Amino acid sequence: MRPQVVVVGASLAGLRAAEQLRAQGYAGDLTIVGAEKHKPYNRPPLSKEALSGHGPDVTVEALSASLAFRPKSSIADVRWQLGSPAVSSDLAEGLLSLANGQVLAFDALVVATGLRPRRLLGDTPTRGRHVVRTVDDAVSLRAALVPAVRAVVVGGGFIGCEVASTLTSLGARVTVVEPLPVPMLRGVGAELGAALRAHHEHTGLQVITGQGVSRLIGATEDAEQVAAVVLDDGTELAADLVIESIGSHPNTEWLQGNGLDLTDGVLCDNQLRVEGRAEIVAAGDIARFPNPRFDDIARRVEHWNMPGETAKRAAVTLADHLSGHATTTDPFTPLPAFWSDQFGLRLQSFGSPGLADTAVVEHGALDDLDGGLVMAYLRKDRLVGAVLVNVPASEYRRYRDAVAPLPLAV
Amino acid sequence: MKVRVDMTMCEDHGQCAIAAPDVFRMNDESKLEYDPNPDDSLLAEVEEAADVCPAQAIFIED
Repeated sequence: MRPQVVVVGASLAGLRAAEQLRAQGYAGDLTIVGAEKHKPYNRPPLSKEALSGHGPDVTVEALSASLAFRPKSSIADVRWQLGSPAVSSDLAEGLLSLANGQVLAFDALVVATGLRPRRLLGDTPTRGRHVVRTVDDAVSLRAALVPAVRAVVVGGGFIGCEVASTLTSLGARVTVVEPLPVPMLRGVGAELGAALRAHHEHTGLQVITGQGVSRLIGATEDAEQVAAVVLDDGTELAADLVIESIGSHPNTEWLQGNGLDLTDGVLCDNQLRVEGRAEIVAAGDIARFPNPRFDDIARRVEHWNMPGETAKRAAVTLADHLSGHATTTDPFTPLPAFWSDQFGLRLQSFGSPGLADTAVVEHGALDDLDGGLVMAYLRKDRLVGAVLVNVPASEYRRYRDAVAPLPLAV
Repeated sequence: MKVRVDMTMCEDHGQCAIAAPDVFRMNDESKLEYDPNPDDSLLAEVEEAADVCPAQAIFIED
């Protein structure tokens, strides 16, 4: 019988894993299971140009088509099983159950089910509350954006700040509420976070830090429609729209009951093999693995390049298992990278600034971000990350190369 | 192979110039320049550049 590989997650990671399995010579059956009805598409634009570049009547079909990845011809024969998420699995028996009642048998599995947004507590009010993770989310938010709408973005991370920027450009009056002392603290550190706050406030954004949201209030005439946000200190902010960008949950529930370590994603070894399982690998936002570039602590990394990089390595690991031939034993040491566009600034990050104990201005000035700034992030005096703000792309390679060298221990 | 970048999609992220420096380059104005007919021996790095393009603007035609 032909071997069956099932990729769970019709995401960037799932797509790249399937393509790389073929590139490694895997010729058996391939099925990609997706919770959404769409084939894999590019998510970063959802908080940016996918909102600003379309009118309020943009459809889910048009948006998903415009953001769709172009699968390589090597996976033209893949079976797409879309629109029904995996709900449970029996790894010992090699069985996967979907929400629509289907049961798929597999010899090997790629776990790439990614994340879903965390939500604020409280089931009501129900209307006027948004998240930005899927094309359906973005279409719903775009339709709600009328001029002068009052929007409160809860969570001042990258996605929250990008959404705030995009909504501002579309004429909304936006307030960002962030529980930590500065926005994007974990991504860029306190100094640059404060500088970005000052920059964004200068453009008219209202930023409230050190406050969480304790509850939402519904409208007097319609309790299901959000009308205000109540902060921890009791302050009420009037809101027609609330955008919840307070982090994510890994979609691991369907793997429960198999004895895996599902603490914050799926625990993997350095080769993306799910711990204790030779025939199962994980890729993308859900994979928690050690990167010896930094240390031996397993972490999930939600940076844009990681789904592609982890998927390719996971596929090599799985193809080696299926063929019985080891093609590489090199440690997997990806360099995380992502970008962000907000309030006229382009940020480019290399490495893991969040692991640093010290941040140093390498170039430029914190009070002139438009003029270009380079922050270097050090951990015990070793460069572990760099964030470039409005730096010409022709300079990127130089700074990436400065962060890239591996420590001698690897 | 033939390489084409849809310049209406390109957002000057410069990631291709990191992945495939023999084919893609950001010039002094930080605009993309590229070789539309690179040698076939460069296929792996061109495919990597196409994969990591945030705007998915790189097309490989053989």
